[in-house]
Amino acid sequence: MGPETEEMQGRELKDENQEMTGASMLIQALARENVDVIFGYPGGANLTTYDEIYRTGMHHVLARHEQGAVHAAEGYARVSGNPGVCVVTSGPGATNVVTGIADAMIDSLPLVVITGQVATNAIGTDAFQEADVIGVTMPITKHNFQAREVEDLPRMIKEAFHIASTGRPGPVLIDLPKDIAAASGFFNYNQPVELPGYQPTVIPNKLQIKKLADAVSEADRPVVLTGAGVLHAHGSDELYDYITKQQLPVASTLLGLGAFPGTHELSLGMVGMHGTYTANMALHESDLLISIGARFDDRVTGALKHFAPNAKVAHIDIDPAEIGKNIETQIPVVGDAKEALRMLNEYNGTPGEFSEWKQQLQAWQEEYPLWYHEEKDFLKPQHLMEMIYEETKGEAVVTTDVGQHQMWAAQYYKFDRPDCWVTSGGLGTMGFGFPAAIGAQFAAPDRQVVAVLGDAGFQMTAQEMSILQELNLPVKIILVNNASLGMVRQWQELFYEQRYSNSVFPIQPDFVKMAEAYNIKGWKIENPGDMQEVLREALAHSGPVLMDCRVEKEENVYPMIAPGKGHHEMEGIKP
Amino acid sequence: MKRTIIATVNNNSGVMNRITGLFARRQFNIESITVGMTENPEISRMTFVVNVDNERGLDQVIKQLNKQVDVLKVRDITDDSIIARELALIKVVAAPQHRGEISALAEPFRATVVDVGRESITLQVTGDQQKVEALIDLLKPYGIKELARTGITAFKRGAVKSDFETPKHSILN
Ligand SMILES: Cc1ncc(C[n+]2csc(CCOP(=O)(O)OP(=O)(O)O)c2C)c(N)n1
Ligand SMILES: [Mg+2]
Repeated sequence: MGPETEEMQGRELKDENQEMTGASMLIQALARENVDVIFGYPGGANLTTYDEIYRTGMHHVLARHEQGAVHAAEGYARVSGNPGVCVVTSGPGATNVVTGIADAMIDSLPLVVITGQVATNAIGTDAFQEADVIGVTMPITKHNFQAREVEDLPRMIKEAFHIASTGRPGPVLIDLPKDIAAASGFFNYNQPVELPGYQPTVIPNKLQIKKLADAVSEADRPVVLTGAGVLHAHGSDELYDYITKQQLPVASTLLGLGAFPGTHELSLGMVGMHGTYTANMALHESDLLISIGARFDDRVTGALKHFAPNAKVAHIDIDPAEIGKNIETQIPVVGDAKEALRMLNEYNGTPGEFSEWKQQLQAWQEEYPLWYHEEKDFLKPQHLMEMIYEETKGEAVVTTDVGQHQMWAAQYYKFDRPDCWVTSGGLGTMGFGFPAAIGAQFAAPDRQVVAVLGDAGFQMTAQEMSILQELNLPVKIILVNNASLGMVRQWQELFYEQRYSNSVFPIQPDFVKMAEAYNIKGWKIENPGDMQEVLREALAHSGPVLMDCRVEKEENVYPMIAPGKGHHEMEGIKP
Repeated sequence: MKRTIIATVNNNSGVMNRITGLFARRQFNIESITVGMTENPEISRMTFVVNVDNERGLDQVIKQLNKQVDVLKVRDITDDSIIARELALIKVVAAPQHRGEISALAEPFRATVVDVGRESITLQVTGDQQKVEALIDLLKPYGIKELARTGITAFKRGAVKSDFETPKHSILN
């Protein structure tokens, strides 16, 4: 059973221009923004808000740690496309969501975070549970506000939703002092948003589009790099039309997986540190690189001095500051990815001729596919990912934590849909994957949500199993258990002469018992032969489940670009 | 290279914090920042003198400033015809027998003596950076006890349009 939807109907919309408290304004505003669930945790500074939640029946999910709440809001935002809303108290409540805010900032996820604050007359006095949350979150929010007058609150909330969800999405925080939540004023939500300093460019310049289209006609070895920007813009259909019409090869960033179908013949797979040989070589050898909604993160580019040495670079991005930030760009296109692709599709240029290039790419794909050694006695994590892909028919929402299992999921789950993939890319936040799956399940109550987690990362936010228990939320937890901080262990093996400092667990909890403590059905899978059957049974189970999958402990993620190396210097490209 | 950038910003609490935080975080090299009210009390005006390595660095400074919701407009005015002024207070060691000499030095700079002590005098000078620096250099041999400079504030010369009407650095299109 998915989350209850009827409950939310209990919200009553009050008339405009009524006098009400700040807390009431908040809930009324959230209802007008069509917020159907909020994730949070109460405390002294936001009791008035919680009282309003109680009285209105606003759908609220109680996390067991604020970090769980904010990552759930992120997962919700990523899958629904709407801002995730998170409500926490002042001081420790607020500082506990800092990691999630930073994560949402760097991965461009829309969030509206409401933090309680001490009363206005106590601000600056080091009052009980006071923290300078505006100061702390200034560099990790798209924007933040502190409400100083109750009458400002509706405008602020409206602006917060507008800023979070338009342009390049991101987290916006509203710091709500206790006395402002309790004070009363007139509620008017029908004001237009007026932000002269915030005017994102949505429609690209026609001339730049023409330049890009002409560059494609003239190119011999073009490649498209798609990022999460395409997903945020809901531009997958336009991308599909563009790619198939122009017959362009496509590589994807980690976060962009699914924007273009991973099983399509024009898909080269993921680029970057653990990307495919072909995707990385395609960038390296290309003479035209078209980046759409990707920001040339260092895990994508490898060493900048070796990056795409022969390519003319075209970069479509809604955030002008990303263009030219890391990579010199010859054809800048500022605008929404969907709009840009729509314009490109309308433009009738001369089709390019890339048959030789595509032969080369195909030769690489055949020569250097992803590989691993199959073994009878150990479950190979890569094989586990293949099984998950098969058993979910490629249709599940897959969330991951951070580490080796994340890379294997990215490599082996062939994302064909734009709404299947939730992972922490830019910040690489351990503890993200499990609560994000909870949020994803709320955004997609009828879909299979699979949380692929490391044994270490899961322990960072495992307390959220309470939510699964309480709501019988059917999230499927798959622990890729290598009894280690696998990715750290891999680096220590490769770059620190196998000095495994604090990366191998001498003992582990009994994860199945842990699950059972929360009334979650658990399996331990030690024999690789049992995996498929358990997976099938567990996925078919109507409630939440946990599978503790014991995988080969020493397995490494390959291929790999070592730090400081370029795309053409990948290691582990063959068995 | 040294560039002069002006910005109008919402006169909200914390705006200065946002901007200086941004500069520190992005490792932008700032020589001076001045800020003050404009003809509109809700809007402040900032003047930055920044040191950047190249055009791309400059481009980033401007774009990152533009990204701030509270920043309304940004413009690099270095290559425009501008009026740029700063004020400096210079306390110089001055035995009574040197005072006449120092005053004579100050005169062509239209610097004025604003305070006199037993062993020092304080001069106030306004002008562009070169002028201020030239005077400081001339006074160094006497011994400078204290120096306070405001940093540059600037705007464009008597054009009809405001400084921001024809932005040189639009957002690329
Ligand atoms: C909060 C946080 N702390 C530390 C790290 C550094 N780190 C990256 S991967 C990793 C190991 C993760 O281990 P596990 O969750 O078991 O996943 P595995 O790599 O074994 O698949 C660590 C410690 C991180 N990414 N996030
Ligand atoms: Mg592990």
